[in-house]
Amino acid sequence: MSTAVLPYTVEPHPVTGVYSGKLGIWLFLASEVMLFGGLFSAYVFLRVGAEAAGSPAAWPTHEETHLSWVIGGINTLVLIVSSVTMVMAWASLKMNDFAKGKMYLWLTAALATTFLVVKLAFEYWPKFQHGLVPAKNNFFGIYFTLTGLHGLHVFGGIVVILYFILPGSKLWHRDKEYYANRIECTGLYWHFVDLVWIFLFPVLYLL
Amino acid sequence: MSGHDHGSGRGGHHDHEHDLHHELGFWRKYVFSIDHKVIGIQYAVSALVFLFFGFCLMMIMRWQLAYPGQPVPIIGRFLSDAVAIDGVLRPEFYNALGAMHGTIMVFLGVVPLLVGGFGNYVMPLQIGAPDMAFPKLNMLSYWSFFVGCVVMVAGFFVPGGAANSGWTSYAPLSVIATTGQTMWLLGMVFLITSSLLGSVNFIVTIIQLRVKGLTMFRLPFFVWAQFVTSFLLLLAFPPLEAAAVLQLMDRLAGTSFFMPSGLVVSGVPQDFVGGGNPLLWQHLFWFLAHPEVYVLILPAMGIVAEIITNNTRRPLWGYTTMVYSLVFLGFMSFIVWAHHMFITGMGTQISAFFATTTMIISIPSVIILTCLIITLYNGYIRFNVPMLFALAFLPMFAIGGLTGLPLGLPASDIHLHDTYYVIGHFHYVVAPGTIFAIFAGIYYWYPKVTGRMMNPALGKIHFVLSFIFINTVFMPMFFQGLAGESRRLYDPTVYEHGVQMIGMRKMSSWGAWMLGLSQLPFILNFFMSIWAGKRVTNDNPWEATTIEWLAPSPPPHGNFAKVPTAHRGPYEYSVPGVKTDYFPQFAGAEA
Repeated sequence: MSTAVLPYTVEPHPVTGVYSGKLGIWLFLASEVMLFGGLFSAYVFLRVGAEAAGSPAAWPTHEETHLSWVIGGINTLVLIVSSVTMVMAWASLKMNDFAKGKMYLWLTAALATTFLVVKLAFEYWPKFQHGLVPAKNNFFGIYFTLTGLHGLHVFGGIVVILYFILPGSKLWHRDKEYYANRIECTGLYWHFVDLVWIFLFPVLYLL
Repeated sequence: MSGHDHGSGRGGHHDHEHDLHHELGFWRKYVFSIDHKVIGIQYAVSALVFLFFGFCLMMIMRWQLAYPGQPVPIIGRFLSDAVAIDGVLRPEFYNALGAMHGTIMVFLGVVPLLVGGFGNYVMPLQIGAPDMAFPKLNMLSYWSFFVGCVVMVAGFFVPGGAANSGWTSYAPLSVIATTGQTMWLLGMVFLITSSLLGSVNFIVTIIQLRVKGLTMFRLPFFVWAQFVTSFLLLLAFPPLEAAAVLQLMDRLAGTSFFMPSGLVVSGVPQDFVGGGNPLLWQHLFWFLAHPEVYVLILPAMGIVAEIITNNTRRPLWGYTTMVYSLVFLGFMSFIVWAHHMFITGMGTQISAFFATTTMIISIPSVIILTCLIITLYNGYIRFNVPMLFALAFLPMFAIGGLTGLPLGLPASDIHLHDTYYVIGHFHYVVAPGTIFAIFAGIYYWYPKVTGRMMNPALGKIHFVLSFIFINTVFMPMFFQGLAGESRRLYDPTVYEHGVQMIGMRKMSSWGAWMLGLSQLPFILNFFMSIWAGKRVTNDNPWEATTIEWLAPSPPPHGNFAKVPTAHRGPYEYSVPGVKTDYFPQFAGAEA
C-alpha cells in the first residue's frame, strides 16, 4: 500500500458510526461553542459590572439601543427558514435528486444573503449614521463584536454553499455519497450559525 | 482526505486520484506537502528555529539583568538607536524582548514542536495509520502557523517595536501599547486557527484511524497524551481568540471592554468611554493559558513514558492509572485558571475555590510521575542519550511541580506572586522538563525520521552540559524570588533588595550563556547526522514495541508496506516465555 488511501472518508466507521468529516465538524462546532461562549461570558461580565445609570459608560436602556425587535425578528425567521431549506437540500441529495438539492442550496444561499443585507442596510448603516458606533459604550461594543463575528460566520457559510453549488458540484458526478456527506457537514455548521443567532437575538434585542 | 478528495479540491483534474502513485514535484513534495511526516518535519524545524530565536532574545535580556546600564558586548554595536542607546538596551526594548521571549517559546516553539512536530510525525505511525484523517487541513494548519509566526516576528519592525506588554498582554497596558501589540493579536489569531485545525485532525485521526486490534487501552501513552492535549487546544484556545478579538476592538475601534472608567496614564486622561474591566482580559487569557501549561507538559510526559519503558525493558507501571490521571488532569486544567489571579482582589471565596482545585490537580500529576519512577524499579536500564534526558526530566519536573504548590495557595502566593520565584517555577516545568523531553524525543525518533543515528558521544556532552547549566540558570531564581525581587524589572538595582541579589543574577546570566554554548554539540549533531550519522541496520534500532518501529526508516508516503495489526498492549517488555526481551504490538503470536 504505497498509496495513501484513508478509510472512513465516506463510509462510517463501524464502531463510532460516523465518517471522519462528520466527527471533525462536530469537534469544530465544539470549539465554536467555546468561542461564542467566551464572548457571551464577556457580555455577562460587562453588563453585570456596568456603571450606574447616568454615567456615559452606563448600560443603555432598550430605547437607547435603538434596536428594533421587528427587524431582528424578521432576520431570525429568515435564518430559521434557511436551516429548513438546508435540510431539504441534504434530504433531496440523499434521495438522489441533484436538481432539487441544488435548488434548495441556492435558496439557502439566497436567504443567508437576505439576512446579511438586512443586517447591514437596515441595522448597521443607520446606527453608524447616528453615531452609534462600537466606541459609544460597551453595549454597542459587544453588540457589534458578537453580531459582526456571527455575520462573518454567515458569510463563510454562503461561500461554502456557493462552492458546493458551483465548482464543488463536480464531486456529485464522481461520488454521490461523498457529496451528500459534505452537504450534511455544511448543514451542521449552518444549523450552528442559526443557533448562535437564536441566542443573540433575545440577549441583544429583548433582554 | 482520500484519493477521492483530490479532484474536488481542484476541479478539472480528473486523474488526481492517481497522483499519489507518481513522484510529486518539489513544491508538492517538500513545501505544500499533505504528508503528515513532511508536515511534522516542517513544524519541528520551524519550531526549533524559533526556540533558538526565543533563547537568543533572552540571552540579550540577561545582560541587562546581570550588568544593568552597561552596553551589551558584541551585539550592542548592531542594535539601532531605536532599541538601544550606545549599546545599552532601552527599557521599552527590554520589555519587548521579555514579551516576545515568552510568546515565541510557548506559541512558536514548544507547542508546535510537541504537537505539530512530534504529534504529527509519530502519532499516525504509532496507530498504524497511512496519514492524518484530513491531510489538507494538516497542511493548512502548518501554513496558518507559518503566517502567524511571520506576523508575530514582523512586530519587531513596526514603529514602536514588538509587543512589549508581557506574554500575558494584560490590559489596560496592552490596549494603549504601540502597534506591535496589534501584530501580536493578529499573529495569535492565525496561531489559534492553526491549532484548531490541528487539534480537530488529531482527535479524529486517533478515534477513526487506529488499526485493527489497537483498542484505546492498547494505545501508546504518547498517543493518549496527544489525544488529551488536542482536546485542551480545541476547547481552551477559542476563549483566547474571543479575548484577542475584544482587545483588537479596544485598540482599533475604540471600545472599552478592558478599559475602566476614568483611567489616567502618566497624568493623561485616556480617551475611552470606560465601564470595562481589565480582569475580563485576565479571566479570558488564563482560561486558555492554564490548560496551555498542560499542553506544554502532557506530550512531554508521553515522550518520556515511551523512552523510559523502552530503556528499562519493563512495561509501563500502572498504564491504566496513568491514562485516567491524564484524562483527569485534562479536565481539571479547565477549572484552575484563576490561581494566576489571587492578588487581583477577586475575592477570598473565589480564591479558596481555585486554591482547592489547584491542590486537587497536583494529585494526578504526582501519580503520573510516581508511575514513571516505579517503572524504573528492577529495570534493566540502558543509559543511552534519549534515556539520559528522559531520566533528567523526572527530578526536574518534580522540582517544577513541587515549587508550584506555594503558588497555588493564596497565603504564600501573595508574597511570591510576580517575583523570580514564579519564573523559576514554571521554567523548571517547561525548560529542563519539557525541553529535555523534546531533546529525548529528538534523539529517540531521529533514526526513524532519517534512517541514521545521532552521534551518542556528542549527545552525552550535550546532555551533561545542558543539565548543569540549565540548573545554574533557574535555581538562583527561587532565591531571588524569595528575597522579593520582582519579575519584569528593567533594572532590579533600583531597589535595595535587588542590589543584594546581583550575584544570583550574574550566576543565572552566565548559566544562560553557557547553556547557549552547550547547544552547539546538539546543533552540530542534528545537521551532521543527516549525512554522517551511522545508518540503522534495521527499522527497530531501539528494539521497541510500538507500531512506528514497524515502518521503514524513513517511512514512505503511506507509511506501511502492509496494513499492520495490533496484537497486544503497547509495552510488552521482558515477557516470560518470549525469546527476545521485547514483544512488539505488531508481531504475530508465534514470536
